[in-house]
Amino acid sequence: MNKRDFLKNSIIFFPAAGVVSALTCQAEGKELSASMTTGYDASQHWYGMGIDVDKCIGCNKCVEACKAENNVPTEPYFFRTWIERYTIHADGEVKVECISTKTPEQRLAQQNQPLDPSVVRSFFVPKLCNQCANPPCVQVCPVGATFQTKDGVVLVDEKRCIGCRYCIQACPYGARYLNPETKTADKCTFCYHRITKGQLPACVEVCPTGSRIFGDLKGQQDRLVRFQHSNEISVLKPDLNTEPKVRYARLDGEVR
Amino acid sequence: MKIPEQVKRLGVIVVLFLAVVITRFFLLPETWISAQPHQAAKVVREMAKPMSYAGMPACRQCHEEEYAIKLGGFHRTIGCENCHGPAAAHVANKDDKAVTPPKHREREFCLNCHGFVASRPNGFPQVDGTQHNKGKKCVTCHDPHDPRPDEAITDCGGCHGVIVRTKALSTHSQLECAECHQVSEQHMVEPRSALPTKPTRRDACARCHDSGSTDPAAAKARLDLSTHGRTFVCWECHNAHLPEGTK
Amino acid sequence: MSDASIPAALNEQLANQLSQVIGFIYPNEIETHWSILIVVYPYLTGIVAGAFILASLVKVFNVVEVQPIYRLALLAALSFMLIAGMPLQLHLGHPERAYEIFMTPQPTSAMAMFGFVYLWYLLGILLIEVWLEYREQLVLMAREAKGIMKPVYRALSLWSNDVSPEAVAWDHRVSKIVTIIGIPSAFLLHGYVGFIFGSIKANPWWGSVLMPIVFLMSAIVSGIAMVMLIYMVISMLRNEKIDMRCLDKVGLFLLVALIVDFALEGLEFIHRVYQNEESLKILSELISVKLFNSLVIMQVALGMLLPLLILALVRSRRLNDDMRRIMYFLAALLIQVGIFSMRWNVVIGGQLFSKSFRGLMAYKMELTGIESLWMALVLLALPFIILTVLNYLLPTRWLEERALAAH
Repeated sequence: MNKRDFLKNSIIFFPAAGVVSALTCQAEGKELSASMTTGYDASQHWYGMGIDVDKCIGCNKCVEACKAENNVPTEPYFFRTWIERYTIHADGEVKVECISTKTPEQRLAQQNQPLDPSVVRSFFVPKLCNQCANPPCVQVCPVGATFQTKDGVVLVDEKRCIGCRYCIQACPYGARYLNPETKTADKCTFCYHRITKGQLPACVEVCPTGSRIFGDLKGQQDRLVRFQHSNEISVLKPDLNTEPKVRYARLDGEVR
Repeated sequence: MKIPEQVKRLGVIVVLFLAVVITRFFLLPETWISAQPHQAAKVVREMAKPMSYAGMPACRQCHEEEYAIKLGGFHRTIGCENCHGPAAAHVANKDDKAVTPPKHREREFCLNCHGFVASRPNGFPQVDGTQHNKGKKCVTCHDPHDPRPDEAITDCGGCHGVIVRTKALSTHSQLECAECHQVSEQHMVEPRSALPTKPTRRDACARCHDSGSTDPAAAKARLDLSTHGRTFVCWECHNAHLPEGTK
Repeated sequence: MSDASIPAALNEQLANQLSQVIGFIYPNEIETHWSILIVVYPYLTGIVAGAFILASLVKVFNVVEVQPIYRLALLAALSFMLIAGMPLQLHLGHPERAYEIFMTPQPTSAMAMFGFVYLWYLLGILLIEVWLEYREQLVLMAREAKGIMKPVYRALSLWSNDVSPEAVAWDHRVSKIVTIIGIPSAFLLHGYVGFIFGSIKANPWWGSVLMPIVFLMSAIVSGIAMVMLIYMVISMLRNEKIDMRCLDKVGLFLLVALIVDFALEGLEFIHRVYQNEESLKILSELISVKLFNSLVIMQVALGMLLPLLILALVRSRRLNDDMRRIMYFLAALLIQVGIFSMRWNVVIGGQLFSKSFRGLMAYKMELTGIESLWMALVLLALPFIILTVLNYLLPTRWLEERALAAH
């Protein structure tokens, strides 16, 4: 072959070699999965949570359990899950407060209030990371430190997060915070280390009334699947199309 | 063609840039240029984290008696660790006193859930902590694993606090709950198995409020129910527990 | 209970902020995540884009009146560009991992892609533009320099040696092409900053289609005004006569840009009010309670309306040179205040209301520390220091003065 052909072919060689090498690298990366090390196959599961609003008594045990299980700072500024209290008055005024930022003593002091007849509805709403199927936080992470696992849980790699806080700004639900110790973004993980071993998330484990329902949306006889099928389900901020996997039953329209 | 000198000078920069790009895309190891292997490693790390809560089934291994008692009572759905705190360390090392789960005896502990808060759902048992058996420990009368008290429950307000307190402020304050709701004994024993009845027809209110009625208590609130409110049932407009509405 | 606990200083700061909450906020919203540093960053990149657009007027649109400050505009753009990345680096939780944005960028992230836009603009446009403009001068300075400056200038000229008229003409031809590519690049640079905010659907104060365009227009305004200010200050410091023909032309462009910027921001406001979406209630409260001074007074009244009035007056009345200089200076200064306020209102303002639409928070700017007022002032001063150094290294009128001296 002449010089021209040789040059042409060799020029093609480099990108081709690159493509092949990149593909093999990728393939190797995929094999480095959890199923190799623990026998747990994430692709068989798709986790979600159900919340029965009518059952929550606002005892705040779920918040305490979460902080204990996941080493979340105990001060009232960082929450992976929290409880909101709604009080709706006859004139349409809606008062909302977060009871989880209060101490047990403060919450006790708020008990036994004289009944206000102008209150027409009052209830507690548990909130947590919605583990969205279409997560805006994952979309904006500049380095891919936050990602969605194959079983539907959004995790944050604290070893790679650069602490730019873009994900915290992008979350419409206020579910994320910056961990003051690691200086990385942090949030509810559905207690990933528990659910992958067949246990329940800590908040579900301690909920006394069964207001929190955890399950596998790919399951057949699953508590969450039944919950979704037998109740009218709504999600938070559906217009933002984040496809939350935390589904609420009997959620009042005033809940944001 | 004579290549301008500037092109040769800038060309060096361009070559350097290309070298960087080629290095980045073809020569660097995957862990340097892709987030995927790191994400996979993170999943493994996350799964390996230790657990603080052992889960209810674990407690049953050694505490069968308490578990069985609890299974028969009103606290059957509550996880042991809700009240006793995280117990994984205790399960791992049963003899270590430092990690033995605590037993809370102070009133404030039970009042956390059972103190009256209007936002709590209808049907949830609540007491006024400042009045109910003041000063005494809750466990004096209530076994935490089977909290049904020895005395029979007669007060609707224990579980229906908001309704009773609302009614107390209303023109229906003198009406007993039983006037409109038939409550069986079974409801006091196992509430959800025998729900109280609720009125289904306008007759329930017509008894006192129809213009033909003679009940003295409703003297000021009578109207001709054959024409009032079409065929809708009364409580579609009137809150039976606060008929005069809010101010 | 968890063992984890937070440092006392942070605890105090957050307790302080908690006490200033009005209404209801999600508990994690108590922390203001993007601080004064993130206000400084779009302000600096905006000036880069604006200064470059001003320079491009000369090169591409042949506005010869602005020629006297062409090089100054380029150097100003470069000075601000070199510092613009610093506030970002400083505010990161892990600045030592910042390189990961270039190593493992996520293509869906506007922030990651911006890193490459920034690099492209700095390396592919600005530096090449400056080099082409100064190459002839650098070669000549290298020949005449003594001591350590000789190798410095040799290096800066990339060891170039050809200063024949053909070579210089080549420089100018290619420079024009680079500028033509540079204009949309500058649009991309600062439009991207606007897009980083505008693409966040979670925040209705930020999430808007107009955000990139408003950011860009205000950037052009601030950049032109900044170059104008720098020109006037430098001339004053050197005791030199200001070219009034140049200043008047720049003033005209500033007025036009300001009118467009005002129209766009006005449009965004009207559009928001007219659409009357759910967020309008809390946003109105945000403006009246938290942002009244910084938005209504500083951004709109002082930063836009007053400069508009001043510049319109200058054009409509026959004023003497001294009067016009004072008014241009005043207008340009007010514009800086206004555009900086605009960045503050967008960045900080967007974090002062809850995404529940039910409450307002506060931002307490630290005075010392990394994300502090002190650091912001340092970062704002640094470009001017760099510009001074650049002006010394690459004097803007060296060739002209050399030609004059030869006669």
